[in-house]
Amino acid sequence: MTEHILRMSGITKTFPGVKALQDVNLSVRRGEIHAICGENGAGKSTLMKVLSGVYPHGEYEGEITFEGKRCEFRGIRDSEHAGIVIIHQELALSPQLSIAENIFLGNERAKRGVIDWNRTNYEAGELMKRVGLRENPTTPISDIGVGKQQLVEIAKALSKEVKLLILDEPTAALNDDDSAHLLGLLRGLRDEGITCVIISHKLNEVIAIADAVTIIRDGRTIETLDMATDQVTEDRIISGMVGRALDNRFPPHESTIGDEALRIEDWTVYSPSQPGRKVVDGASLTLRRGEIVGLAGLMGAGRTELAMSVFGRTYGVHISGKIFKDGRPIEIRNVQDAIKHGIAYATEDRKRYGLNLIEDIKRNVSAAGLKGLASRGWVNENEEYRVAEEFHRSMNIKAPSVNSVVGKLSGGNQQKVVLSKWILTEPDVLILDEPTRGIDVGAKYEIYTIINRLADEGKAVLVISSELPELLGLCDRIYTLSEGRITGEVPRQEATQEHLMYLMTKGQER
Amino acid sequence: MSSITPADVQVGAKGDGGAPRQPGRVSLGGLSLNLRSSGIYIAFALIIALFSVLTDGALLQPQNISNIIVQNSYVLILAIGMILIIIAGHIDLSVGSVVAVTGALAAVLMVNVGMPWPLALLITLVAGGLIGAWQGYWIAYFGIPAFIVTLAGMLLFRALTLTVLGNQGIGPFPDQVRTLANGFTNGYLGNIGLGPLGGADLFSLLIGLIAIAGMVASQWRTRGARKGYGQSVEPMALFVLKMAAGAALILFLVVQLARFKNLPWVLVLLAVLVLAYSLMANRTVFGRQIYAIGGNLQAAVMSGVKVKSVVFWIFVNMGVLSAIAGVIFAGRLNQAGPTAGNSFELDAIAAAFIGGAAVQGGVGKVVGAITGGLIMAVINNGMSLIGSPSEQVMLVKGAVLLAAVAFDVWTKRRAGASR
Repeated sequence: MTEHILRMSGITKTFPGVKALQDVNLSVRRGEIHAICGENGAGKSTLMKVLSGVYPHGEYEGEITFEGKRCEFRGIRDSEHAGIVIIHQELALSPQLSIAENIFLGNERAKRGVIDWNRTNYEAGELMKRVGLRENPTTPISDIGVGKQQLVEIAKALSKEVKLLILDEPTAALNDDDSAHLLGLLRGLRDEGITCVIISHKLNEVIAIADAVTIIRDGRTIETLDMATDQVTEDRIISGMVGRALDNRFPPHESTIGDEALRIEDWTVYSPSQPGRKVVDGASLTLRRGEIVGLAGLMGAGRTELAMSVFGRTYGVHISGKIFKDGRPIEIRNVQDAIKHGIAYATEDRKRYGLNLIEDIKRNVSAAGLKGLASRGWVNENEEYRVAEEFHRSMNIKAPSVNSVVGKLSGGNQQKVVLSKWILTEPDVLILDEPTRGIDVGAKYEIYTIINRLADEGKAVLVISSELPELLGLCDRIYTLSEGRITGEVPRQEATQEHLMYLMTKGQER
Repeated sequence: MSSITPADVQVGAKGDGGAPRQPGRVSLGGLSLNLRSSGIYIAFALIIALFSVLTDGALLQPQNISNIIVQNSYVLILAIGMILIIIAGHIDLSVGSVVAVTGALAAVLMVNVGMPWPLALLITLVAGGLIGAWQGYWIAYFGIPAFIVTLAGMLLFRALTLTVLGNQGIGPFPDQVRTLANGFTNGYLGNIGLGPLGGADLFSLLIGLIAIAGMVASQWRTRGARKGYGQSVEPMALFVLKMAAGAALILFLVVQLARFKNLPWVLVLLAVLVLAYSLMANRTVFGRQIYAIGGNLQAAVMSGVKVKSVVFWIFVNMGVLSAIAGVIFAGRLNQAGPTAGNSFELDAIAAAFIGGAAVQGGVGKVVGAITGGLIMAVINNGMSLIGSPSEQVMLVKGAVLLAAVAFDVWTKRRAGASR
């Protein structure tokens, strides 16, 4: 009776050194809304990339059956041809082109290579009616908000005669009204017979809209719950998402907590791309010397934005709030100021913000603290080498020499270079954003040991992480952030994954 | 002044054995060469050898060597500034026009106004700096791509040149300026005989010997200091070999020049500039920050590099170097003309890229850019010696530029694929 439109079975996908997916199974019934839930990095997006052909057939193991046929997609074109359309979190629209042009991008309404504008705009108008978008088809994308852009993406999918629509975090960047409209639209599409797969962190939405939910954890399928028959609650989903036991993946550590090092009060940051949207909303937090503090939050909660706006205003506009260093108010206008005040920030995106990949280890290590190795503007190259060699040893960076190019190192070793770079600036406060992202387990242990050592040296450490076990294993105290607001502050003794996840998914209204 | 720094040539067999083999490296006995950074010097040597044969040795005759240096000095000076800009990930299309306008300014001040030449020179250099500051402001602080700003500058400063000069040249220049641009050191200490090579200027030879002594001494000290810090250094035999090769090169150059009209002043100037800028690029915080910006702009920002200020000042520097080149070019022709410096920007950019700069920025060396400029100079000179028509010269230069960048991209792709 229940016919499955899609079956993915035994999907395994490995990246060098990491098993991203391991024997994952997913069955989606025709005409349902199927939610996929899991922590950041659990493998949800990877699974969808396998499905949509971003990772072509042959790069993964396992079988995909869609509409009763075995599929071997070689690219997105193949999967779209079959009727599977994926809408990524970062919308793929061309901002200068009109709504109509974007809807038919790559699928132009043309006669013998000449675009039929009347037909383009007319059909675009029809599709826009279906998704409830009241705009002129000729309006440029840059003139409409993110919520409406999301609708354009869906209209675009409809123009391709979509059978299975995949939405990756569709409401992450939307306000409440736009989210409600979008969810209503998805219900409408379901009634028209279009199957939807939705990846979402917002569990209240999942409960409200989904017919079934599949939970993925650590690259494996945990369970698929049927909303109609199972008693599914947010707590039920949370326990599936985090149900991992803490083992001794963490070096033992007892912190000696000293005086306050950094205090942030009423910190508010607005998005530079969406005017009026608060990315961080009145956040306050305190870091003390010798203490490791965690900052937990789901994707889009504003963790990185909070850290970067504090670190020399490298993110956001209209930033307001106060910063106190050692109890005294300070002003940080740029990165140089932040470094001067003894604040370091190791980015979550090493390759983009952290490293000069074409340079060698020693020049990356010295990049932020070069002035300390120089007198009157002249760099003491031997001193630079000595310092880099010291980190090479003490951090156990696995490379033939400090002259090795950083781009060729593994993720874990690259992270050690980033940490070395910031330790060289002799900071009092280290903000480590996802310090173990993309790093294998052995190297993670080493990074944890380094973090503990930094705290023992009397530095205040703020660890931002999406992995709750990591925060629980490492931190003395954990803040939770949800939709830009600090929703909780939990000492290690009282913290459980379930409680943190509850605080992290707590909505604005609470 | 050795053109190959110790980082280029390393001993292949390292103690830790398991080091992955790097692509773009060839092994010659125990010696491995990084093709990407030293290929350019090998290519230069091959090109010289080729044209020496084709011209029956005329290429390396004293007078011809002297000509190559004097005729190309201004492009080489421009290449020094250009490589810094390209390392930072920018470009400057205006240098030819800036050469023209600064040459014109110098001519007006020295010839029409009759100002003492040192003062006029100083004012010209300051004017060059201001031109660079103008462009640097739009690029660094206003955020307009350098390509656009300097394309506009190319037109603006050519227009300014034509306005100042009308349609005619201004000259002649004072003797001192002409000497700087076109002249040679005097035989202060007389000649000595060099057997079959004939008479040679003693002063020039002494300068050459001092340069060799300086090179060996500084390299020896660097080596000693590195050893003191426990760094691996090349084996003694290799060090001696390299020093001997460098010394032979300098000696050959100086002897040939001493047999002709002694050392061209522009060579002295060029040597000082190359040395100073190489040190600046490698050993100063400012120089390092140029590489950091070109290598990863975002990471540089997040590491506290004052990106805007650095970019601003490398354009100011380019302006000053353009003014030096402008005065030398005008001095050599003994008049400032409205078409001076036409397409110099292309020669300077080509020199930088042939010399190993990366299109994406972050990579390049001052010595590399000079070598790239000399490669084009030798091709120009060699082909005209064997009587090739100018269209063929252009064809070969174009092909060399394309091949050099293609090689760079190819080695990089291979490096990426092996990851």
